[in-house]
Amino acid sequence: MTAILSPARPSDALPPLARPAVPPAGHAPGAVPDPAVKADIRNVRFFYKKFEAIKNISLPLYDRRVTAFIGPSGCGKSTLLRMLNRIYTLYPEQRAEGEILIDGRNALAADYDINLLRAKVGMVFQKPTPFPMSIYDNIAFGIRLYEKPPAAELDVRVEEALQRAALWNEVKDKLRQSGLGLSGGQQQRLCIARAIALRPEILLLDEPASALDPISTSKIEDLIHELRSDYCIAIVTHNMQQAARTADYTAFMYLGELVEYDETATIFTKPGKKQTEDYVTGRFG
Amino acid sequence: MTRYQRRKLANQVALGLSLAATVCGLAWLAAILITLLTQGLSALTADLFTQMTPPPGSRGGLLNAIYGSFIMTALATLIGTPVGILAGTYLAEYSRGSRLAEVIRFINDILLSAPSIIVGLFVYEIVVVRVGHFSGWAGALALAIIVVPVVVRTTEDMLRLVPDSLREAAAALGAPKWRAVVQISYRAALQGIVTGIMLAVARISGETAPLLFTALNNQFWSTDLNAPMANLPVVIFQFALSPYSDWQSLAWGGALLITFVILTLNIGARVIASWSTVKR
Repeated sequence: MTAILSPARPSDALPPLARPAVPPAGHAPGAVPDPAVKADIRNVRFFYKKFEAIKNISLPLYDRRVTAFIGPSGCGKSTLLRMLNRIYTLYPEQRAEGEILIDGRNALAADYDINLLRAKVGMVFQKPTPFPMSIYDNIAFGIRLYEKPPAAELDVRVEEALQRAALWNEVKDKLRQSGLGLSGGQQQRLCIARAIALRPEILLLDEPASALDPISTSKIEDLIHELRSDYCIAIVTHNMQQAARTADYTAFMYLGELVEYDETATIFTKPGKKQTEDYVTGRFG
Repeated sequence: MTRYQRRKLANQVALGLSLAATVCGLAWLAAILITLLTQGLSALTADLFTQMTPPPGSRGGLLNAIYGSFIMTALATLIGTPVGILAGTYLAEYSRGSRLAEVIRFINDILLSAPSIIVGLFVYEIVVVRVGHFSGWAGALALAIIVVPVVVRTTEDMLRLVPDSLREAAAALGAPKWRAVVQISYRAALQGIVTGIMLAVARISGETAPLLFTALNNQFWSTDLNAPMANLPVVIFQFALSPYSDWQSLAWGGALLITFVILTLNIGARVIASWSTVKR
């Protein structure tokens, strides 16, 4: 198989500030020049059979920024995340409408190759999902789907991913042991490492810390901070402090609708809508 | 008596009953094993493994039957296992919500509980009658038909135990479906699938009825799969029913041998599976 992914993202070659900041149309949450829109979600709807779980939502996800999705259970925030890599297509009774433009191309269109989309849009789930294989193979599995690098280069890629996920020091002496033997927090960082080993551009985190203890949670949050400088990150969380701590932008959703979307500071200090205020202050939800 | 005491008493009664049930079940198994050992051990001589089945009254062993059983069991497993695994994979991984899958599952369950003599008669009709003679191939085919539903069922059950979250995780990396199945689902379910194959092997190594109509038996050494083939179950069946004490003794030896082989296979499979699946 030939290398489908380029060995490095072209943007990696640029220093972070040298990127042209394209002002997004229609969304201007702050006075600071907006970063580039990485994924433009436009008028999307989502259906579980007949049930409409997402009702006409539009919002941008900015590159090198963290966007948090908050809202009570069942509001559709995970569903929205699952549209971005079309993981819902595993289930025939689920379907989506609308457009999600990733770098200008509609990711929901049938002609957008689903596996290449998923290489570009990595996902980490609520419960850690290490594969039943060694730590090394957990990372190498994804790389081998797209490339056949020589062993030495594969070693480097695996180490790189584990370094970035802040897991290398804990596992470097037991790479050949099963990924299932790690603690919950380590397993979740392994899953993050597995996702970033593919050099994606967007990272979807679906409640990545909700099954973890506070120490592991804070490690994951530190990691999100670290990764922020290279990726467009979307995180779903039930933990409002977590959204406040990690996200640049926050979207509050309720019953399948986007109630409010703004800079995180605005959402948490002077939200525009009563409903948002009630939710972030804990009076409702 | 207080409520709490009543609860404790009920607990003890339930515990006692389930213990008794376990002992009752295991006791029969132990009795069978002990009988086999006491009756069969004396027949386990070097002759058993080196001589052909004898006419009554002369020395002999079970070599031709052992060989025939081994060959036909191995062939049946080789034919039946891939079919069973692929069908089980279809049912568990590819047929989400399909009507066809429900029909297949139902038919497979019927096949699973079909009396093995029916399978023997079926192969007799479609192979033995047409070809005109009993043969090792027919025997292997009959056994393979028994292997398939067992492997289908266990493969499907074991794959269903693999959580969907693992499939989603593989898909989220952009893994095509077949890779997720082969590299992740199979790996996660390996121990169960191997156990299913072993169950199937164990089941067919003791089957008599299907072989009676297909491979029949052969008094002599024969490696020709196109000819009638000796095999342990049919030999045990014939020898145990005979009035000759030396034949009966050989039958006990054969029964002990089969039981021992099945036991070893099962233990071996578990050990191998625990090596190859990564430790949890």
